[in-house]
Amino acid sequence: MTTEMKRQTLAILVDNESGVLSQISRLFSRKGYNIESLAVGATEHPETSRITIEVMADEDQIKLLANQLRKLFPVHSVKVLTPETSIRRELVLYKVRTPDSAVRNEIIGIANIFRANIIDVAIGSITLSVIGAESKTDAIEKLLREYEILELVRTGVIALERGQETIKDETVEKGEFDYGKNVL
Amino acid sequence: MKLTGAQILMECLLEQEVDTVFGYPGGTILNVYDALYRYGDKIHHVLTAHEQGAAHAADGYARSTGKVGVCFATSGPGATNLTTGIATAYMDSSPVVFISCNVARNLIGKDSFQEVDITGITMPITKCNYIVDSVEKLADTVRTAFAIAKSGRPGPVFIDILKNATGEKTEYEPLPREQHYNHGRLAAMMRRSSQDFKAPEVDIESIKTLAEMIKKAEKPLLICGGGVVRGRADKEFLEFAEKIDAPVAITLMGGGGICGRNPLATGMIGMHGTQASNMACDACDLLIAVGCRFSDRVALSPKTFAKQAKIVQIDIDRSEINKNVRTDHHIVGDAKRVLAMLNEIVEPAEHPDWKKYVFSFKTETVYDDSEDTLTPKQILSSIAKLLPQNTVVATDVGQHQMWATQHFRFDYPGQLLTSGGFGTMGFGLGAAIGAKVGNPDKTVIHITGDGSFRMNCNELATVQDYGVPIITFVFNNKTLGMVRQWQTLIYDKRYSETTLTERGPDFVALAKAYGLGGAHVTNVEELETAIKEAIACGHGYIIDCAIDIDEKVRPMVGGGSHITDFLLS
Repeated sequence: MTTEMKRQTLAILVDNESGVLSQISRLFSRKGYNIESLAVGATEHPETSRITIEVMADEDQIKLLANQLRKLFPVHSVKVLTPETSIRRELVLYKVRTPDSAVRNEIIGIANIFRANIIDVAIGSITLSVIGAESKTDAIEKLLREYEILELVRTGVIALERGQETIKDETVEKGEFDYGKNVL
Repeated sequence: MKLTGAQILMECLLEQEVDTVFGYPGGTILNVYDALYRYGDKIHHVLTAHEQGAAHAADGYARSTGKVGVCFATSGPGATNLTTGIATAYMDSSPVVFISCNVARNLIGKDSFQEVDITGITMPITKCNYIVDSVEKLADTVRTAFAIAKSGRPGPVFIDILKNATGEKTEYEPLPREQHYNHGRLAAMMRRSSQDFKAPEVDIESIKTLAEMIKKAEKPLLICGGGVVRGRADKEFLEFAEKIDAPVAITLMGGGGICGRNPLATGMIGMHGTQASNMACDACDLLIAVGCRFSDRVALSPKTFAKQAKIVQIDIDRSEINKNVRTDHHIVGDAKRVLAMLNEIVEPAEHPDWKKYVFSFKTETVYDDSEDTLTPKQILSSIAKLLPQNTVVATDVGQHQMWATQHFRFDYPGQLLTSGGFGTMGFGLGAAIGAKVGNPDKTVIHITGDGSFRMNCNELATVQDYGVPIITFVFNNKTLGMVRQWQTLIYDKRYSETTLTERGPDFVALAKAYGLGGAHVTNVEELETAIKEAIACGHGYIIDCAIDIDEKVRPMVGGGSHITDFLLS
């Protein structure tokens, strides 16, 4: 049993109806968790939405949370996505002050190294968009903090499993609690 | 056939074989009550004094009959008055469908008269809730709500119907109940993996594992929880307990899950558990909890709770597994089905030494008798002596609740109606009304304290109007006894806002004001005369029993303490 708190990712497939998002997010506050990141959007079937939520929780807590979510009737399926078996992406927009062309050139240099897109340049500011996992967005943010970040916005992490497995293959049967000891 | 939404609602209730509804009318629900006027020969409506009373009555009806309770209320304050009743039903997994009407669609979101976002308010205290904004969605939603309320782990479902949807007309197609799962929203839900409308398939391997664990156990202990009562699994539970010859500790909600007089029963477990139950919990080598969620009143200290034992949890709700107490093995499924499967393969066993040890501790509290004053034990003994054994007992919350559940040996599921999870003072009278309406052949009594009774005694008007012969026993210690007990033991006798010695009303005069009978009693003789008079009179009767202000519930283990660290023995 591990009780180490870490950032955990939950993918939740739900009815695309009003009130469902608030029902999901309320569950987290009701059970005493703070949502670190949240991303929602319609899926390949317009009647369902997919929610990706990140919370700080240990292994046991995340399983309990998944089971609590499965109890909500608008929820179709829930999967806990681990970094090892899933790909995770987040889009971040940074607007940085550029008082002169030297600073602007430095930031363009950083953008090139991180394969960030420059999406707006104006007198006095430059806006970058970065797509990646947290390690990448954290690294570029650290560099940009050397300058003056005027504004920053994140989409929240979205995640998909690697390979053919999908959220619809989720099975709630067995193996959820890894007891790891012989009960007999 | 084109019907209005209100008529469709009535037809949908008839599809569910609903013949009794509790509620209170108002502006937005007028169309529904107008339809009810014409369906009055098929659907009996019980008008309470307050929506909270209606909510508790529908809950008490559901708990005592095993059917789904139904409760109506209007928008705004009508709907918010239900909330305590909804939360009470939710915490104790009682199947009730609450139906309120909201303002019409053109008025929604405009802070209209008596408008409130009741689905938002009730979201965390219902299994599911729905807004019906058009008449086309009504029948499907009502069918879904009933299916959800009674399936899996039962619970309350809320439907908020906009007023326009009750007046508009649409084609109504009758659908027999067994067809509901093949249509509309329910059919779509049935195709998903997350929800269990049918009880989850029980895994035979996990049953075999448990049978093996039982075979190896020398000191098994069973916990009979509320799931045995809700699932009406009493026969299977009894067979199981007798087959493996294990003592049975009973939770508050498990009262009636096994006959309390059975020689295997050790009484209640937990904060006010018996010596035998709590000591057995601390000494067993295998603890099998059936339909029990290890609340903080049972597993007071989850980390040390039965830590010497292998803990097995049998529950219909997967999310209860490992929630409060870390278990070694679990079976997700309906108690009735799981126990029946277990009974088929488990090998009979005998544990005479273990039982001898467990039953060397007391299975009931020995309270002092007194010649001069009335004691709780004397009141309960007189009730047991003079009323039928199958009497349904509805309680409020506090000391009287614990005394009643400790003293009475409940025989069958639905005999004890008590707010265990939510601890709702004022639950009892409404619940008793619902129980009597649902069980007209049974005697129903209401056990309460002066604090609890004062909260919702307005329902005496309902008792009188419908001629429901409920006997109310007020354990009148002129204090909020349970709070006082904590103040005595933990707060150095600082009786902050609990002493009610000067506070009215005179409960007998109150009974008279409502057109009911009543008597003040101060000793056993007066009490027994009053009980006989109450039985004979055939209508509501209040017996105001004067007891000492310092009577305590014993034993008591402090919150968060180890289960055998008795504050009071």
